[in-house]
Amino acid sequence: MRREIPLIITATVGIAYIIQYFIPHTPFDKVEALFSDWLSIIAACAIWLGALNLLKLSFLSVSKRKKDWFFSLVIIISWLTMALVGISEGPGFQEPGTKFDWLYTNIYTPLSATMFAMLAFYVASASYRAFRARNFQATLLLVAAFLVLSGRVLFDELIFGFLPADWKILSTISDFIMQVLNTAGQRAILIGIALGTVSTSLRIILGIERSYLGSD
Amino acid sequence: MCGLFCVWKMLKLKVAIFTLLFLLLSCFSAVAQTEEEISDTTASEEPSYRIPKLAPVTNLEVQDSPDDAGGEIELTWKLSADDTEDNGLVSKYVILRSQNRTSDFHIVGVANHQDTSYIDKGTQDGTEYYYKVVTFPKYEGEVRLTREEIDPLMDEFPEFTELGIKDVSMLAEYDRNLAAAFIDEILGISAVAGPVKSSAQWFNSKDLDTFIIGLVICTSVVIFIGLARGGRKLFLRRIGGLQAIENAIGRATEMGKSILFIPGIQDMDDVQTVAGITILGRIAKTIAEYDTKINMPVSRSIVMTTARETIKEAYLSAGRPDAYSDDMVHYITDEQFGYVAAVDGIMVREKPATCFYLGAFFAESLIMAETGNSIGAIQIAGTAMPAQLPFFVAACDYTLIGEELFAASAYLSGEPKQLGSLKGQDVGKVIAMVFIIVGTAFATLAAVTGSETFLEITNMIKSWFSA
Repeated sequence: MRREIPLIITATVGIAYIIQYFIPHTPFDKVEALFSDWLSIIAACAIWLGALNLLKLSFLSVSKRKKDWFFSLVIIISWLTMALVGISEGPGFQEPGTKFDWLYTNIYTPLSATMFAMLAFYVASASYRAFRARNFQATLLLVAAFLVLSGRVLFDELIFGFLPADWKILSTISDFIMQVLNTAGQRAILIGIALGTVSTSLRIILGIERSYLGSD
Repeated sequence: MCGLFCVWKMLKLKVAIFTLLFLLLSCFSAVAQTEEEISDTTASEEPSYRIPKLAPVTNLEVQDSPDDAGGEIELTWKLSADDTEDNGLVSKYVILRSQNRTSDFHIVGVANHQDTSYIDKGTQDGTEYYYKVVTFPKYEGEVRLTREEIDPLMDEFPEFTELGIKDVSMLAEYDRNLAAAFIDEILGISAVAGPVKSSAQWFNSKDLDTFIIGLVICTSVVIFIGLARGGRKLFLRRIGGLQAIENAIGRATEMGKSILFIPGIQDMDDVQTVAGITILGRIAKTIAEYDTKINMPVSRSIVMTTARETIKEAYLSAGRPDAYSDDMVHYITDEQFGYVAAVDGIMVREKPATCFYLGAFFAESLIMAETGNSIGAIQIAGTAMPAQLPFFVAACDYTLIGEELFAASAYLSGEPKQLGSLKGQDVGKVIAMVFIIVGTAFATLAAVTGSETFLEITNMIKSWFSA
C-alpha cells in the first residue's frame, strides 16, 4: 500500500486536472483552485521542515567543529537575527520602514545583486570557451555570434555609415539570424518540450513511471 | 381753537398718508428682495456644467458567455457615433443591468471608449437579466467637489465607485442623486437588451483542437506502450548525455568524491522538477550500488521531502538501506541568489567530481555551471528552459535539451513500456512536422498568389495550434 496510495493520489489529481481543462462546469471548475490551495498549505507547513533542517545541520557542523564550520555559524546568526527581528515586529514586518525591511534591503539585496552581477563575468568566460573555433560547428557558432553581436552594437553605423539607411548589412543579417534561424530552432525545442511534457505526465498518471517512488 | 383743530386734523391725515406710503414701499421692497433671493438661489442650483448628451451605442446584443463555468454574460455593441478614434467625445461606456426590463438598472461595470464588448462576471446562473449601455462623455470642466463632498456620495451610491472622481463630480453637478442623470436620460442610453441567462457549459469547445491533438498523442503513446509490452523492438537514438551518466558516477567513485545533484529552483508543481526527480531515482540507485556519496542542496522544502523519499527508496531497491542518510538532501533557501551562493560555496569547498543540473533553471544556471567547470567536475545538465540551454551547452560537458530531459528517466530504465511512451511521443512530432510543412506551403502560396482561400486555410491551421 505504500506505493499504491501515492500512485492513486497522483492518478486522481492528474486526471482531475485534465478534466477541469476541458470541462468548465461545476464541480470541475473548482478543482484547480482547490489543489492550488492544498499545495500552498502543504508548502507553508513544509517550509518549517526546510528551515529546521538548515538549522539542525548548521548546529551539528558548529558543535562538531566540522570543516568550514564558521560558515554554518554565519547561517545560524543570520537565520536567528532575521527570524527574531521579524517576529518582534509582528504582522506587517515586511512593510517599508521596519527593521526587517532595513535588514533585507541593506544586507540581503546587495548580496543578491552581487551574485547576479557575477553573471557578467561568467558570460564572458563561457563565451570564450564556446566560441573557440575547434571544429566546423564551433566555427559556425563563432561566425553567427560575431554577426549578431556586430549587428546589435554600433559597428554597422561605424563601418557602413556612408550607406543609405536601408543598407545596414550587419543589422539585417543579425535580425535574420535572430528572427528566422534562432526562432525556428527555439520553436523546434518548444514543440519537443510540449510533447515531452505530455508523455512524462501520461507516464506518471498511468503509473508507468515510478522511479520517484524508488521502484521500476 | 377751530384753526388749531384744523391744523391737527391736517397733520393726522399727512401722517396717515406717510405711514401708508411707508408700508407700501416696505412691502414692495420685501417682495423685491424675496424675488431677488429666489432668483439667486435658483441660479446657484442650476448646473454650472451642461452634460453633453451623446449618441447611444447601437446593436446591443447579450448572450451567455460560451465555454465557461457560468456566472458570465457577454455584451457586444456598435460604437456610438460620437466615439471616434481621433478626439472622440466618449470617455467610457457604463454597463447597466437589471432583472426588470423597465426599471432598477444598476451599474455593473465600465468599458473603455472604443471597446465594443464587455463581459459581466457577476451574474447568477439561471436568473434573467436585462442590459443597457450608457455612452459617458469626457468631462471638460474642472472638478468642483472636494473629497469630503464626494465620499458621502460614494457611500450612498457604492456602484458609482466604478466611475472616476471627475465623472462623479460631473453627475453631482447635475443632481446630488447620482442616478438622476441616468433616470432623466441626460446621457446617451442604448435600447434595453435581453433577457439573457448565464449558464455553465459541459465542454470547452474553444479547446476542441487541443483535445483532439492531445487525444491522438495520448492514444499513440498508449498504443506504443502496448506494442512494446508485446515484445516489439523499438529503436531509440543514442543520447550522449544519458550514456555519460554511469561514467560520471564511476569517475566520482574512483576519485572518492561526492556527486552534486541540483534539481532546479522550482517546486514540485513544475514538470521539470518532477522530471529531475524521476532521473534522480535512477541515478541514486547507481550511486547506491557504487557506494558513492550524493549531496543534494535544494531550494524548496517539498522537493527536499520528495527527494529524500526517492533516494531512500533507490537505496532500498539497491539493497543498501544502511548507506542512506537524510542529510544527503538538505534545504538551503527559497531565495534564488542565496541558494546559488550556497551551492557555489559547496562546490568550491567540497569539489564534487560530478555535478548534475536537472530541472528548471533561470539566471543561476550559468553561475553554477561555470563554478562547476572551474573546479573540473564532469557536468551533465538538462532543462526545458530555452533561454538557459545555451549557457548549459557552453559550460557543461553534456546537456539534455528540452524533451531529452523528459525522456531521460524512460531511457535509463530501458523498460519496454517506458520506451514505448517515447515512441508514442514521436507521433506528435510527425503531426507537428506535417502541419508545419503544409502551413508553410499555404502561407507561401497565399503570399505569392494573394489568394484569399489560401490565406484562410493558413489562418485556420494557425488557429489550431495557437492559444
